[in-house]
Amino acid sequence: MFDEWLDKYEYIIELGKSLETLPDSSKTEDKLIKGCQSRVWLDWKKEEGRIFFSADSDAIITKGIISLLIKIYSGRTAEEIAASDFSVVEKIGLRENLSPTRANGLVSMIETIRRIAAENL
Amino acid sequence: MKTEDIRKYFPVLDRKVYGKPLVYFDNAATSQRPQPVIDELNFRMSESNANIHRAVHILSQECTDAYEQARDAVRDLINAPTREEVIFTSGATASINLVAYSFGEAFVNEGDEIIVTEAEHHSNIVPWWMLCQRKKAALKVLPVDDMGHLRLEELDKLITDRTKLLCVTHISNVLGIVNPVGKIVEIAHSKNVPVLVDGAQGIVHCQVDVQKLDCDFYAFSGHKMYAATGTGVLFGKRKWLEAMPPFLGGGEMIETVSFEDVKFAKIPMRYEAGTQNFASSATLKQACEFVNILKDSELTQNFKQICLYMENELKNVEGLKIYGEGTEDEPKAPVYSFNVEGVHHEDLAILLDKMGVAVRSGQMCAEPVMTRFGVTGMVRAALLPYNTKEEVDIFIAALRKAVAMLR
Repeated sequence: MFDEWLDKYEYIIELGKSLETLPDSSKTEDKLIKGCQSRVWLDWKKEEGRIFFSADSDAIITKGIISLLIKIYSGRTAEEIAASDFSVVEKIGLRENLSPTRANGLVSMIETIRRIAAENL
Repeated sequence: MKTEDIRKYFPVLDRKVYGKPLVYFDNAATSQRPQPVIDELNFRMSESNANIHRAVHILSQECTDAYEQARDAVRDLINAPTREEVIFTSGATASINLVAYSFGEAFVNEGDEIIVTEAEHHSNIVPWWMLCQRKKAALKVLPVDDMGHLRLEELDKLITDRTKLLCVTHISNVLGIVNPVGKIVEIAHSKNVPVLVDGAQGIVHCQVDVQKLDCDFYAFSGHKMYAATGTGVLFGKRKWLEAMPPFLGGGEMIETVSFEDVKFAKIPMRYEAGTQNFASSATLKQACEFVNILKDSELTQNFKQICLYMENELKNVEGLKIYGEGTEDEPKAPVYSFNVEGVHHEDLAILLDKMGVAVRSGQMCAEPVMTRFGVTGMVRAALLPYNTKEEVDIFIAALRKAVAMLR
């Protein structure tokens, strides 16, 4: 009954559990990513020309996924992020493993990361 | 009749997803389609397709007959006094919007009041909210108690001489409680307030008799009761349907048209403007016939046992809370919305899907119910008579596995 999907999800869940939680003061309406069934907050800061993301979610799998995105995009310049085609999401086989409904906030997460990069170009 | 005999009607139930047998528990969102419904739709598409009520040729005649026979079947199913009181729409939402517009235009003015309940689906809130915005009317709310039952004792003082309509769900799509709509209609009528019943779930789990209920409107979808998607019904008492202006203007809903004047057709045509979804609506006949097959006593008894088993198994999962507790007078339909302590509803639904189990998660188009119970969402598993005890076992095992992974 349980097969290779299990490893993938156990890994994502582990990532979600180990991602540092945001302080409640950072979980504000303006940091909330729309389009997710679960609530996702994405915060960022710019230091020495690089953008650092931090995020949180009330759902563990969503949190694991955003943790993965942060691992890839945090600490990069706005130019680097803007130049990315985000094909990494396809490569690691995430997209087809997420329910392709409006509950899927992955697209919204990527759009938000893109927008933040664009605002910092 | 056994569950296996019923399952044979549903080709999709043999499907495998992710290499596992599909366990379909998202029935409160839409049911699966039995073969006679699929055959009818196929036949309309491949062999008998022509616009209805218009042409004199044979195909048009066939399609018109099929469409009108479906109206007769629905009339029988809900025991409507006459076939003209059965209006075809695209779904329960469209049915309610029709009343919100047409009834609202005719009878609702500034300062009037519409009553809804806290247990409603957005489809039985938003049209009324929009009407109230348009007419500067007020929307009032009948609350539910902690067990998910309507607080009927509040109804008396909620109804005033400005109340124009009371809108209540027969069965909440979240809580699953069969609301005492007959009693509610009685109370409302004693104060001359008509009642609209949202029967989207009610038509699936109850034997609906609109004359016995005495409700003024009963709205439901076809796709939750085995018919093709894009089908719906509005039952309305003749006195209202004949007194309201049409919702949509267009073809077939008129008697005469000139640039100076338009005379509307009689009911039901008055409310069926434009080319109808006749191919899908025709399947309501086969769906109604199938609902009658499901009335088999052995099947009904067996299904009751499976639902009871499901409820008990759910309650045995540590930290699991089911929303909506049935009573003898107001029993619970097999619509089980729940949360597991310390686990997010979305996480559960994602992992259940990977194990072949289809459930719903999130707000389920009922944000006020979520707010009432202080949650951001729930998981919902809803059963129909084609579901088996073995499927319940697969679901419960998957649920336990998912909870263990997430905690």
